[in-house]
Amino acid sequence: MGAYFSEIFYGLKSLAIGLGVTFKEFFKPVVTVPYPYKTIKMTERYRGHIELIENEEGEPKCVSCGMCQRACPSGCISLASKSVEYEVEVKGEMKTKKKKVLTKYDLNFTTCSLCGQCVESCNFGAVTFSKDYNLASSRKEDFHFDLLKRLKERNS
Amino acid sequence: MSLTILNAVIAVVAAIAFAAINAAYLVWAERRGAGRIQRRPGPNVNGPFGLLQPPCDGIKLMAKQLMIPGGADKALFMVAPVLAMAPAIMSFVTIPFSDTIVAHSMNIGVLMIFAFASMGAMAILLAGWGSRSKYAVMASVRAVSQNISYEIPMLITVITIVMMTGTMNLAEMVASQTGGIWHWNIVPSLSSPLMPVSFLLFFICALAETNRAPFDLGEAESELVAGFHTEYGSMGFGLFFMGEYANIVIGASLITILFLGGWGCPLGLYPGVWWFLLKIYLLIFSFIWIRWTFPRTTIYGLLNLSWKILIPISLFNLLLTAGLLKVF
Repeated sequence: MGAYFSEIFYGLKSLAIGLGVTFKEFFKPVVTVPYPYKTIKMTERYRGHIELIENEEGEPKCVSCGMCQRACPSGCISLASKSVEYEVEVKGEMKTKKKKVLTKYDLNFTTCSLCGQCVESCNFGAVTFSKDYNLASSRKEDFHFDLLKRLKERNS
Repeated sequence: MSLTILNAVIAVVAAIAFAAINAAYLVWAERRGAGRIQRRPGPNVNGPFGLLQPPCDGIKLMAKQLMIPGGADKALFMVAPVLAMAPAIMSFVTIPFSDTIVAHSMNIGVLMIFAFASMGAMAILLAGWGSRSKYAVMASVRAVSQNISYEIPMLITVITIVMMTGTMNLAEMVASQTGGIWHWNIVPSLSSPLMPVSFLLFFICALAETNRAPFDLGEAESELVAGFHTEYGSMGFGLFFMGEYANIVIGASLITILFLGGWGCPLGLYPGVWWFLLKIYLLIFSFIWIRWTFPRTTIYGLLNLSWKILIPISLFNLLLTAGLLKVF
């Protein structure tokens, strides 16, 4: 008989404690983000698709060596470059030198497996992971990224 | 004569409108409340604070096709949702919102409400049986066994109140509790020292009668898809939904009338319909609050609670009150 009543009593008590917990939560601020309207900043180590890094002049750091293209197991990077002559002063006399300038850097994100081999293989620190995660589309053309264009848009 | 008919029509229209508006906006309140308790905003896209969500849901439900599953008993399948909604609206007829706002004051108001409330179980049974789905049948059998076992302690508690007030008319019951919180039935008196316990008991039974969490075994989503209305779409489902919320309003109104002094103010000032509405919405808030706090009970736990705890205590309270009423 005593056990019967103590069971009822402790049952009711635990129910009241539970109600107290939810009542307190009721007045606390919401913790969710209304996603399509607001987004949160991605964490530092998030590995999204790749992105070019710029140098001090705002040009891509890339020297068009093609290491990333070779490292990519999915073959989703394609880049092109052209040779440009420029003059530089070496020991008091002007000399003409050649360098490669990046003209195209396309990422086919539909086949990219986000392995990060391109970032690993880059000797010039010119490629990094972006923090972009709002990637949804019904057309596959939207996932062929022109990274040079993205870099220019970022700078402007 | 024509005036009485007009009165009846106005009463019915008002009852349906009250039930429908309540059903629509209690869904909104439920979803917002659930959101707050779970620390998220709830519906907030349509209109300010998501207030246009209920009409959107209603239009969506009405625009859908009413599917009848193959092999279902068509007549029963169509009748069940109506049978779920109609008794709920009928019960509004005799509920006194204040001393002047009552559609039809009956001498057997309590009896009538409980008679119609037990038809709700019938609707659930027909829905489960008529839709020829194993989940629906299992759910309806569960819901009916639950409704039967919770009606007993509920009615015994009501008998206790009827003995104390000496009337079955809801308006007279409220009238016997006027004049402040110390006259309410929930306060223990010499002749009925266990009234707070009765209140708790009635509250639990009202919660179980409306088939809501933590007693929502009739629509246990994790086991039975959607319970007895698994096969219903469109407004068939809509009517079940509205019936459920109308039943919540009736349950809260009954608790208010039987225990909390109806339209009376706790301090005896300015009695009126506003106090009644305040009390029922506070009770409905607590229903929502309980639903989003406790997990679902098992069917054994549910029936044990009724047969081993609620019925013995309510019977004891009945006998005690009967004896003490004779003494004092």
